[in-house]
Amino acid sequence: MKLFYSIGQYLLLMKQVLARPEKRKVFMRQLFTEFFDIGVGSFGIVVVISIFMGAVVSILVAYNLNNPLIPRTMIGYSTREMAILEFSPTILSLILAGKVGSSIASQIGTMRVTEQIDALDIMGINPANFLIFPKLVAAIFINPALIIFSMAVSIFGGYLVGVFTNLFTPAEYVLGLRIFFDAFSIFYALIKTVVFAIIIVTVAGYQGYIIKGGSIEVGRASTKSVVYASILIIIFNLILTQTLLI
Amino acid sequence: MIEAFYISKFFSDTQVLNAISVKFEKGKNNLIIGRSGAGKTVLLKCLVGLHEVDDGYVDFDGRDFSHMNRKNRKNIRKEIGMLFQGGALFDSYNVEENVMFPLNMFTKMPYEEKLDRVNQVLQRVKLPNANNLMPGELSGGMIKRVAIARAIANNPKYLFCDEPNSGLDPNTAEVIDDLISEITEEYNMVTIVNTHDMNSVLKMGDHIVFIDKGRVGWQGSRDDILSSDNERLNGFVFSTELTRRLKRRK
Repeated sequence: MKLFYSIGQYLLLMKQVLARPEKRKVFMRQLFTEFFDIGVGSFGIVVVISIFMGAVVSILVAYNLNNPLIPRTMIGYSTREMAILEFSPTILSLILAGKVGSSIASQIGTMRVTEQIDALDIMGINPANFLIFPKLVAAIFINPALIIFSMAVSIFGGYLVGVFTNLFTPAEYVLGLRIFFDAFSIFYALIKTVVFAIIIVTVAGYQGYIIKGGSIEVGRASTKSVVYASILIIIFNLILTQTLLI
Repeated sequence: MIEAFYISKFFSDTQVLNAISVKFEKGKNNLIIGRSGAGKTVLLKCLVGLHEVDDGYVDFDGRDFSHMNRKNRKNIRKEIGMLFQGGALFDSYNVEENVMFPLNMFTKMPYEEKLDRVNQVLQRVKLPNANNLMPGELSGGMIKRVAIARAIANNPKYLFCDEPNSGLDPNTAEVIDDLISEITEEYNMVTIVNTHDMNSVLKMGDHIVFIDKGRVGWQGSRDDILSSDNERLNGFVFSTELTRRLKRRK
């Protein structure tokens, strides 16, 4: 019963979020701030995780390719496919659910407990729209850019393994990267990323917005936003993969 | 003028407000007092629409606020300024941005004009040159003064203050009381202050409403309160040695 209540409450909040912004100029200013916070703020972690992810994937594939009938170019191919289809869109989104999601939930939650949301309400401003909508739009645009960047860095991470070890040659790796490429893979990854971005921001925004109480609840909301967003990302990952690839 | 007509409010099965009817006039300091849990904050929140009333209605100068659609309600809210207990300043904005916020949202003034208005209200609350300070750098009294500046920046018709003196030392509390009184007179606003600070009650209470167990227990002015024979009111107002001495001297 509580689940249905929460879903209803979430949908009603989304109705408020998706309203027309009060003032376009103010909205644009907030949007650019969010581009910076979500995008540039996550840049470092995306680089570090992606480069190591790509390197580990290429080592694992190389380690498992014992059969001489399978060409070494499969290492580059497999690394590329894994980075594009799964690791960058899904794993990075899970990381962003932790970093961006918890930050959004605690920011909005703190505003709730310190009556800043009530202050917006009293002024006649739609607080849900004012606070969540710019974050949502920013994430929808910036997360795909981050994920594409992550794909490139992951693939480069695999290349570095070839350069610094003797598991495979860089030439074999690059050749592998260029075979059997299907552009739809990128499109599929971007669709997933946009859906995950919506999940991350709206779940975190909802958890922060409905807080009642004090600082303990802010912490709980932050944790809940990461847990629920991660579960939803995993579920939607399966649904989208089943729907788009099969 | 703001009038409440028989407003009632329930939380689950608990009735917090019971058919409250009260009138708050323009240019006066209207104070809502009462024990903790008496329902005064709920009454204030019902008046500004943060809580929906379950029965009765609130009227702003002949406009039925409680049964209005969202759009019309928004127009009235633009005429409201509110000072929250903790100030409720936006953490990520500095003082200037906080005070300019209602002007950015609801006016088409050029930046210079908005800045002039911000400096004017900051001067009015005796905080010149505080424009670039962040809320985290302000003292309790300064936060309240910035919150007052933000509340009056857009020339509101109605000012609501929720425990403006909470957490302040007596001197600073007096400064805030004086400021609210002066601004009420200057802007000819309907000012409603929710307080349990007896200094404020005796100093600025032009019209005092005592809320007791969700009902209006007593109404009158600061002069009437000293001669009232309402036991519940006297038990609340004269609960300290200082106020008892004052009553005896009267």
